Amino acid sequence: MRIINRHPSRGLSVFLAALPFLALLIAYIIGSNARLAINPADKILPSFAQMAATMHEYALVPEKRSGEYILWSDTLISMWRLCTGLAIAVVISLVAGVAMGFIPWVKAMLTPFVEAFSLIPPITVLPILFIIVGLDEISKITLIAIGTAPFMLRAVALGVDEIPKELIVKAQTLGASTWQMIVRVVLPQVLPKLIVATRFALIPAWIFLISAEAIAATGGLGYRIFLVRRFLAMDVILPYVVWITLIAWTMDMLLALLQRRAFPWFQPERTK
Amino acid sequence: MTAVVFDKVWKEYGDQVVLEQVSLEIAPGSFVALVGPSGCGKTTLLRMLLGEERPTKGTIFVDGKPLVPEPNAERGVVFQRYSVFPHLTVLGNVLIGLELKASPLRGRLSGAARSAALEKAKGMIAAVGLGGSEDKYPTALSGGMQQRLALAQAMICKPKILLLDEPFGALDPGIRSDIHALMLELWNSSAMTVVMVTHDLSEAFRLGSRVISLDRQRSRPEEIQRYGSKISMDIDVWPRKQARHINGNGAGGHAAPALA
Repeated sequence: MRIINRHPSRGLSVFLAALPFLALLIAYIIGSNARLAINPADKILPSFAQMAATMHEYALVPEKRSGEYILWSDTLISMWRLCTGLAIAVVISLVAGVAMGFIPWVKAMLTPFVEAFSLIPPITVLPILFIIVGLDEISKITLIAIGTAPFMLRAVALGVDEIPKELIVKAQTLGASTWQMIVRVVLPQVLPKLIVATRFALIPAWIFLISAEAIAATGGLGYRIFLVRRFLAMDVILPYVVWITLIAWTMDMLLALLQRRAFPWFQPERTK
Repeated sequence: MTAVVFDKVWKEYGDQVVLEQVSLEIAPGSFVALVGPSGCGKTTLLRMLLGEERPTKGTIFVDGKPLVPEPNAERGVVFQRYSVFPHLTVLGNVLIGLELKASPLRGRLSGAARSAALEKAKGMIAAVGLGGSEDKYPTALSGGMQQRLALAQAMICKPKILLLDEPFGALDPGIRSDIHALMLELWNSSAMTVVMVTHDLSEAFRLGSRVISLDRQRSRPEEIQRYGSKISMDIDVWPRKQARHINGNGAGGHAAPALA
């Protein structure tokens, strides 16, 4: 039988899915053990016990100077920046995207501008933001918003464009005004697409967050890993990377769940 | 009762002439079936009547007044595809017409007004044979049921003119004949004028009270661009069909559905 027609059973699928993770874990353990056998003070591939001890300190023991739990205060401040930036991008993209996708005058006026603006590499805006709004929270939040909004805006405008013309004509034959069409036809159809766009925006949002924190910050997940990098503290960096990955994955899952629960009628093309 | 007049209507796209000097008077309450080969401009004619497109030359009159040049609640429509809102349930799809009329700002109703509208919508849903499916989304309906829903959605706004763009073209023969019966019932029991585009001649003669065929008069390659379609045949269907309430004797033999 051809290999493309052979499907693994459910149990086997779970095992196959776990395999790469296990392989990575085992490779790490072998490498770590080998290095620690030569030099017990090796910092590059710390043992799991070492990482657990460090994380215990970061998560459960208040720091002597500030009295804060470093992991949680880092997480809190990073999440606040990420979520505020994304929320601003969501609002901008929804308002401007619907207007651009639905109203020909706005479309004619804004489309070239947004296209040009979205070509600016957001990181290059960071120094401008530092100069104009200073080094504190606003510059980081603005960077995330600027970095993700143009892409989400275009996704929303495209989403409006993709609504079959027939449905818009139909709404008009039912007597709908432009505003009523936005409220009853366009928004409901475009919101699930906005969630999809937000899920895609999570990755760049994290990149901008970590970069901004690495360059100028006094706290946050990105700040921490770039701070301890100076001491080769892989026992902090590796668990932090895993932790960030876990948060990103959870956010993605929650958005996917929201999409399925709130818009049961919506099926993205690829799942049809 | 609404009369429609096409007065020397031309439609051109750039250099391509699609319709050439179409003049047509549609009597109030008639059911006109437009037939013709693909690309003859029958859908273009319908779109102009809908207000989605404008004639290049000439004027369309509805009840003696020039046509409003954008779609409105005067003219209902059922397309072959994308006729119902995928994000609304069956009930929501029928209710929306009433909600839009009554609530300019939110497009939604609440309280007693909503209850009354719900009652009306459910009656309409039952009349098209979709009772029991009120809470389903359109994706869960068959093609025939979706078109029934589209009819209910259009009819609840009591349009003066109902426009049908190959509405039953994608349906299986058995289902199609059921929905033909429904269509005749709806036409019989209301005061609307119907214009239907179809490529199925037997459908045209079964439903229409008048069948009009559009065709290009000249088809040599060097002429095809500069000469558009004209009305090539205009046939009154016998025995003469007429919406029941016009002659008042219940001709047609269909039971009237309970339309509010």
